Amino acid sequence: MPVTIKVKSLYKSFGPIHAVRGVSFDVNRGEVLGFLGPNGAGKSTTMKMITGFLEPTSGTVEVNGYDVRENPLAVKRSVGYLPEGAPAYGEMTVRSFLNFIADIRQLTGSSRQKRIDEVVDIINIKSVIDQSIETLSKGFKRRVGIAQAILHDPNVLILDEPTDGLDPNQKHEVRNLIKEMSEDKAIVISTHILEEVDAVCSRAIIIASGELLFDGTPTELIARSERHDIDHAFRLITTENTNENRESAAP
Amino acid sequence: MSALFSIYKREFTSYFVTPVAYVFIVIFLFMTGIFTFYIGAFFETNQADLEPFFRFHPWLYLFLIPAISMRLWSDERKSGTIELLMTLPVSITDAVIGKYLAAWSFTAVALFLTFPMWITVNYLGNPDNTVILASYLGSLIMAGGFLAIGSCISAFTKSQVIAFVISVVICFMFILSGFPMVIDIFKSWAPQAVLDAIASFSFLTHFTSIKKGVIDIRDVIYFSALIAFWLYVNVVVIEAKKAS
Repeated sequence: MPVTIKVKSLYKSFGPIHAVRGVSFDVNRGEVLGFLGPNGAGKSTTMKMITGFLEPTSGTVEVNGYDVRENPLAVKRSVGYLPEGAPAYGEMTVRSFLNFIADIRQLTGSSRQKRIDEVVDIINIKSVIDQSIETLSKGFKRRVGIAQAILHDPNVLILDEPTDGLDPNQKHEVRNLIKEMSEDKAIVISTHILEEVDAVCSRAIIIASGELLFDGTPTELIARSERHDIDHAFRLITTENTNENRESAAP
Repeated sequence: MSALFSIYKREFTSYFVTPVAYVFIVIFLFMTGIFTFYIGAFFETNQADLEPFFRFHPWLYLFLIPAISMRLWSDERKSGTIELLMTLPVSITDAVIGKYLAAWSFTAVALFLTFPMWITVNYLGNPDNTVILASYLGSLIMAGGFLAIGSCISAFTKSQVIAFVISVVICFMFILSGFPMVIDIFKSWAPQAVLDAIASFSFLTHFTSIKKGVIDIRDVIYFSALIAFWLYVNVVVIEAKKAS
């Protein structure tokens, strides 16, 4: 399997705050990587660096062989990204918004409209297609964000909390969608819902306070807990680390 | 379709899906009317020209252009759409120019809708229409200068109100830079060469010949350089502050 995302000793600091400290991992085609960690752990910051929105303080990110700093446009062309909170132009209708994305992604000809229709169908947003985005519910807004990310059928998908704000049925749909797409794509999702990791991810990574604490399959993660409970395993790993941090920061 | 044009198209059409465009155009037309007929004494001068109309454009633009430009980048930063925009395959320069040109085109539409003024003056007399056309072009270029300042300032802040107020102040200084209220600030400590340079920045000075219908190449160069400078700073500011 070819390696599609290569993150190497990534650091990011905002002034005195070290948001990400030496995170390295690879994602291969066919993998769904679950990004876990407490709030403020550096998940979103790492995703922003992979997609070229933030410049790393040091370290490299390669997507499909392109370095994100040397060749940002090539990376951006091949990545589909759902930013945190699914931002979109509120005054636009869903239809005009997707048309704008299609313009920018340079979808042309007969395949263009076909692809838009297809995505609208897959994501189930046909009923709101002529509504302005600011009038949509949180769940629909999130789905418009996902539609925008997959419109050009990218082989790398970065989704920051794709199921946040969705109801249980919608969550189920989005998880199925991610599983279906995973065959020929490298997908990274961040989530707070641990059962989701077990349900869709082929690998899980835990970061806390900017450091990578765990990298393995969901089964390995569950095995960390003697109770075979993923929540327990997560707490074990993340709280252990904060204690260590306090000790190492003290002297 | 190029990225620049896609952004231009999105931005331009977005003016017309909200009430912003219509409110702006109505106010602009209403104000130009008041200035021309009451303060500019269009009828009393008994001359078939549009000088009383163009004379007040710098003052109208002072408040109306920052009202257009304040949302250009502040809004993107506040709503978080800047993260979407900057992770699409678009260079910052394309984004800045695309948005700027959309705002400029919108101003051109507003300016074009003052054509009843042109019809009126042609009905009443025999004005020199090439002079009027030149004045229109000059006014549009000057509007471009105001817009470039406003676009750049809006990149500095998430607050549209702050962007508006600061843009008005800076535009005001550019309008009056040849006049005592600006020159006096520098007089006590700056050398004469600097004072002359500042004085030569005045929009009013550069607009004087334009409103008489004379397009001097130096005035065109001045406004073009001004636009290029502020848009360049705009790009630098977005680069540095997009994520903060």
